Amino acid sequence: MQIKVLGSGCVNCKKLEVATREVVAEMGFDASVEKVESYPEIMKYGVMSTPALVIDEKVVSSGRVPSKAELTTILVNAQLSSETGTATL
Amino acid sequence: MRPTAYWASVPPIWRAWLPVMAAAAVWLVAWRSTRPVSEWLSYTVLGLQRGSHVGEAVAFFLYDVPKILLLLGGMIFVVTVIRSFFSPERTRQLLGGKRQGVGNVLAASLGVVTPFCSCSAVPLFIGFVETGIPLGVTFSFLIATPMVNEVALAMLLGLFGWRIAGLYLGLGLAIAVVAGFIIGRVPRVERGVEDFVWEIQMGAPQVEDHKPSWEQRFAQARHSTREIVGKVWPFVVVGIAIGALIHGFVPTDALAGVLGADAWWSVPAGVLIGIPMYSNAAGVIPVVHALTEKGAALGTVLAFMMSVVALSLPEMIILRRVLKPPLIATFIAVVAAGILVVGFIFNAVI
Repeated sequence: MQIKVLGSGCVNCKKLEVATREVVAEMGFDASVEKVESYPEIMKYGVMSTPALVIDEKVVSSGRVPSKAELTTILVNAQLSSETGTATL
Repeated sequence: MRPTAYWASVPPIWRAWLPVMAAAAVWLVAWRSTRPVSEWLSYTVLGLQRGSHVGEAVAFFLYDVPKILLLLGGMIFVVTVIRSFFSPERTRQLLGGKRQGVGNVLAASLGVVTPFCSCSAVPLFIGFVETGIPLGVTFSFLIATPMVNEVALAMLLGLFGWRIAGLYLGLGLAIAVVAGFIIGRVPRVERGVEDFVWEIQMGAPQVEDHKPSWEQRFAQARHSTREIVGKVWPFVVVGIAIGALIHGFVPTDALAGVLGADAWWSVPAGVLIGIPMYSNAAGVIPVVHALTEKGAALGTVLAFMMSVVALSLPEMIILRRVLKPPLIATFIAVVAAGILVVGFIFNAVI
């Protein structure tokens, strides 16, 4: 799973990055977490409010910091769908 | 049936609305009791003398702090619920294809109700100009958002009453509309935007427009209320404490000579001092309110306040990422001029 946190370094963007890393570590996901700070790069995802969370190139949330419980749900769902995705291949 | 089982059988719409209605009832009772409770605390429990400097200052403080915090909480909750019906993506859609004029009015109004944080100013700016929304219209949005915000409106409502709060709302919007319109008319204004902005290839928005349930809207509103009140309450307390000291100890009309309506130069001075200052409305308004009681003219203090809120250094630093210095200077000059005019009109009329 490839996770990107889009945001220019505002307080909430850092919060989201930290929370995402924590959830990934707690759940033991095999995932890379990358912070994307360049605006041209951010805008490619069509995002107008930061911070935004991108999993495997898909925007799953933008403009807010989801709670840790919600982040866990989002990541678990993404993990499940990526597993079924590879299974059908 | 057990209470929890019963609650689960209640239709979702009621499950969402009942706690909110209960909270509104508690809020109203608390609101009605701020005055008697504050007087009882200051004069009976603390045994302070009515009419004494200390007594007046303490009673003022104990009355204003809970009153303002209640108003802030209520206002933020209601505004967040309203904002849950809007999004930057939708606002961009609504503004697309609008020309100057109509576009400016719409952009300023949407600036008030669109959920937005100044940290997103850059992606929002790029998103707007990439879809061909005129620069002036984009500026109307960017001026209205910080100026007319729920914290400022709640504070004005609580301390100055609904007339002044309404005037502030109207005049704040007017400045955003006119300043955006003027900036849009500056010849070759596009050149003031950093070149990289025009080269960006923006992707299509991916987050689908799902309609949240009432329960989700209220949950989000509760979250924002807690977050914002948690952030601004120290400013409110310190601001009101300073205001209470001024209220209790500074003689009436002591400031009429320096900040009164006759001292015309105090309006531009207020705007100039306000530009580099950055505080939220929560800290500034209680102080300026106390100053008006001591003879400062309303136009002067409102101009100062608008300048503090709408023209802040941190926001300029964020906008510098997409705007070249001359356009930033134009932006500050036009908005400052608008605030100046409002200040003078206020002082002349009231």
